[in-house]
Amino acid sequence: MTCVGTIRLAVVVGAIGLLELCCRLEFIDYRSVIPPSEMATSLIRILSSHEIYPDIARTLGVVVIAVAISIVLGFALGLLIHAMPRVRQALDPLLATYYAVPIFIFYPVMVAIFGLSIIPIVLIGVATAAVAMIIATLNGLDRVPRVLTKVARVHRMGPLATALRLKLPAAAPHLFTGVKLAVSYGFIAVIASEFILAPAGLGRDIADAYNDFNNRKMYALILLLLIFATVVNMALHAWDQRWAERRGVRSS
Amino acid sequence: MTGTDLSGEVHARLSGVTRIFPGAAGHQAVHALGPVDLELRRGEFFAVVGPSGCGKSTLLEILAGLQPPTAGTVTFEGKPVTIEVPEGIGVVFQEDASFPWLTVWDNAAFGLRRAGAAESDVSQRVNDALAFMGLKDFAGAYPSQLSGGMRQRVCIARTLVLQPRLILLDEPFGALDAQTRLLMGDEVLRLWRRTGATVLLITHALDEAAMLSDRIGAMSARPGCFMDIVETRWPRERDSTIVSEPNFGEITGRLWENLRGESIKSLGHSGMVQA
Repeated sequence: MTCVGTIRLAVVVGAIGLLELCCRLEFIDYRSVIPPSEMATSLIRILSSHEIYPDIARTLGVVVIAVAISIVLGFALGLLIHAMPRVRQALDPLLATYYAVPIFIFYPVMVAIFGLSIIPIVLIGVATAAVAMIIATLNGLDRVPRVLTKVARVHRMGPLATALRLKLPAAAPHLFTGVKLAVSYGFIAVIASEFILAPAGLGRDIADAYNDFNNRKMYALILLLLIFATVVNMALHAWDQRWAERRGVRSS
Repeated sequence: MTGTDLSGEVHARLSGVTRIFPGAAGHQAVHALGPVDLELRRGEFFAVVGPSGCGKSTLLEILAGLQPPTAGTVTFEGKPVTIEVPEGIGVVFQEDASFPWLTVWDNAAFGLRRAGAAESDVSQRVNDALAFMGLKDFAGAYPSQLSGGMRQRVCIARTLVLQPRLILLDEPFGALDAQTRLLMGDEVLRLWRRTGATVLLITHALDEAAMLSDRIGAMSARPGCFMDIVETRWPRERDSTIVSEPNFGEITGRLWENLRGESIKSLGHSGMVQA
């Protein structure tokens, strides 16, 4: 393991250890937070009962659908907006301030329209994540060297081939930033939607445990989500770094 | 040893070519080029020199079909060049145009694969081009692992595999140090002799133009027009050692005589030199 990796691991282990100590020494009220070791044992117990698996599958399925739609839609819209400078000029301020608007407030509206199914959750996930992908696509395309467009013309490539064979890979590092954000935002939106109002899912399970004062279950499921999010982000980060090294640039 | 036959067939022709860039809001239109007349003979090495901003690169892009002329006509092998780059023309740009996401081998193979060539043909031509450009040992490397000169060689290899009949070089060595430029010049001469292609080189460097070319067109300050065309009469078999020939000094001297006043004018345009 690299020195940086060791420091990172030490910080995480130290934080968990400190929380464990604070809980055990009752600096933190047991009714508020349980020690991390109990969260882990509770999680193992929940996972070995298999009862949670349909909810895990449902939540991860919705996240995958929302993120996939966001990435494809965000890239396509980014490409389209980039090709129309006047539209871009008009939309730029809206895109820049998009995340200042709490998109989440539209969730009840979507539930009213589409009912209590996965559709409103997917929609709120897409609404939250797609704009990050649009912005990343625009940033990426802005940074594609003009000479590559000339090279495309020398090779008599049409607009679609130029976009897919040259602009897409040239903008890939920025697009990947968009993908990472889309995954994070999608995850947050889905869990939060389920937490507020959903017939099933991990967010709903956490909400139920919270309402029942079932701390063990609640923290175990929060830990599960943290593990999911960390593993996905670490995988994306490792992939990003491999690409960046190959292209001779430092990843963000 | 004999020089290139300059009385041969016209390979590409520019007649009365002018380029005026329309002014953006509140700005005047810019008359960048012309009118320019030029005939490139098949198989010759022609260099264009001129002060900064005189329209050299615009000339190259119009000849390549990368931008249209405002007036005048361009033909390549007798056919008009419109807004599409004709088959048979290869262009190497000053900027690093290698694809950082592809290996050297895949960079070189890009155009052939685009054209749908058989994989065996791709393999043979790419290996041949990489060997010729001295990149065989770096076939699996990525551009980020190479020096600037090597990356430019990758771009030349990518052009070379397509076997263009007219190679347009837009200041391809502009970003390289003087020694590397001399050596790259040797490689371009080898490439020119081997392919038999017509070459048009845009350059700032008078010595580079004098060393490489059969003819050199000296352009005026904007709007660029040819003021003088200098014939070098070098033998076809030549390399960078030609810089020690007595004629070399005469040629660069004549070019500088033509360009000195124009370069001062060009600087004056940008407000750096008082008239």
